[in-house]
Amino acid sequence: MTGTLGEADVKAARRPLLTQFRLLEKVRKFPALVIPPLITLAALLLLWQILCGQGGSSLPPPTKMLKDTWELIRDPFFNNGGTDVGLFWQILASLKRVGIGFSLAAVSGIALGVLIGQSSFAHRGLDPIFQILRTVPPLAWLPISLAAFKDSGPSAIFVIYITAIWPIILNTAVGVRQIPQDYRNIARVLRLNGFEYFFKIMLPASVPYMFTGLRIGVGLSWLAIVAAEMLVGGVGIGFFIWDAWNSSLLSEIILALIYVGIIGFLLDRAIGFAGRLIAGRPI
Amino acid sequence: MQGYLTIEQVCKSFDSGSGRFQALTNVSLSIAKGEFVTIIGHSGCGKSTLLNIIAGLTPPSTGAVLLDGAVVDEPGPDRAVVFQNHSLLPWLSAYANVRLAVDKVFGKTKSAAERDEWTRHNLSLVKMDHALTKKPDELSGGMRQRVGIARALSMQPKILLLDEPFGALDALTRAHLQDTVMEIHQATRNTAIMITHDVDEALLLSDRIVMMTNGPAATIGDICCVDLERPRHRLVHADTVEYARCRRQVMQFLYDRHARAA
Repeated sequence: MTGTLGEADVKAARRPLLTQFRLLEKVRKFPALVIPPLITLAALLLLWQILCGQGGSSLPPPTKMLKDTWELIRDPFFNNGGTDVGLFWQILASLKRVGIGFSLAAVSGIALGVLIGQSSFAHRGLDPIFQILRTVPPLAWLPISLAAFKDSGPSAIFVIYITAIWPIILNTAVGVRQIPQDYRNIARVLRLNGFEYFFKIMLPASVPYMFTGLRIGVGLSWLAIVAAEMLVGGVGIGFFIWDAWNSSLLSEIILALIYVGIIGFLLDRAIGFAGRLIAGRPI
Repeated sequence: MQGYLTIEQVCKSFDSGSGRFQALTNVSLSIAKGEFVTIIGHSGCGKSTLLNIIAGLTPPSTGAVLLDGAVVDEPGPDRAVVFQNHSLLPWLSAYANVRLAVDKVFGKTKSAAERDEWTRHNLSLVKMDHALTKKPDELSGGMRQRVGIARALSMQPKILLLDEPFGALDALTRAHLQDTVMEIHQATRNTAIMITHDVDEALLLSDRIVMMTNGPAATIGDICCVDLERPRHRLVHADTVEYARCRRQVMQFLYDRHARAA
């Protein structure tokens, strides 16, 4: 007994030292992580400046782009009514559409994925249809949803929904189907009912797969929203880009593209983070 | 004589692509309450199939299994299984893995405090009270198997079914776990059936060793009663006449009469 106690004491005494060490390690590794991307970024900007810096170039160089769009960068929150609003509001509008469409896709996609993962009858019946429908490009759904909803708002959301749902369904189904027989046996020995099985075994066992699907889904919906908004109009980053093109404001387009890229990256990371949090392990 | 667990004329065949495969034929066995029985045989002789039938995970083709007077026709916590590869849920801590079983079995009869106490008690039986919060992938193979045993014990089963629980462990860890299982059996007087292909393990732990013939159509070939007093100790008993006699009987069965055509 004293042996185990002693061991615990040593561990406790070591802990602050260990955290200090880890922190030091992080500080030491920080430049190694940050310097390479900074170098590539600088090189790309330089290349861009050289290529577009000469007179007669059809695209603006970074210096000109920054000068043209400084007002937009400085004040993303202005609101002059209509579609003349700051980039923050444009992006927020797009995120709202993605949020609604993606949430609906997540809920119904996970439900359908569980269904075709669990029942081989449902799998045989639905999988071929899903495999065909998922290859339809997002924008091809737009005319038909405009016809069905007779309004641009819900149509854009529907496009997001239909784009994001397939990877969520298919990955969830794989996740459910790969649950090891051992876990099912445990559930049978313990006589877990369907409800308990779903929440205690199936959901945690397939969460990493679900989140892979959700991650792909959110990426695709962010790709689709820009294209859909170009067509349906209104406030949103996609229409902002289209509007800028019509007014030949190339610098604004470039700025918008940078924002779109950063937001897409953050969405992907956010879903990954949520997955790690829920699964309690890296996914 | 009617035993605590009775296996009556159990046959099992599977439909495979090329026709029916007869795995088990006419297996009959009666086990008394508190008895520790091991089933030994070469790989593929249907030991695991037999255990799964007793657990209720696989239905027998003909014949029946009776436990304490009732027919076994579905799995249940009165026949707790310790699986070969521990099969702990990787997202739950050692404590939570056991607690899941305790909550399910005693959810209606014990208070939350009693269930917490019972979970801790079972984990301390297998000497895992120092790692309650650890997840399975932070534990060694032997520790995982200990938690698996604690989970099975915590269901307070009528019979404990162990499916080669130490198969994947190194010899030293194995010996430690065998001692733990012996201590627990000594203390709780659980009825247990264990599958193994280690002769010394079977001799050390069992009251009776059931030897299976080779498949297909495997059945019980011989039974060896190990008449060694308990508590047993691996070093003390290895030198006794009875140990040598039993060992010879089992070895002769496995490597002479039913040597596997390899």
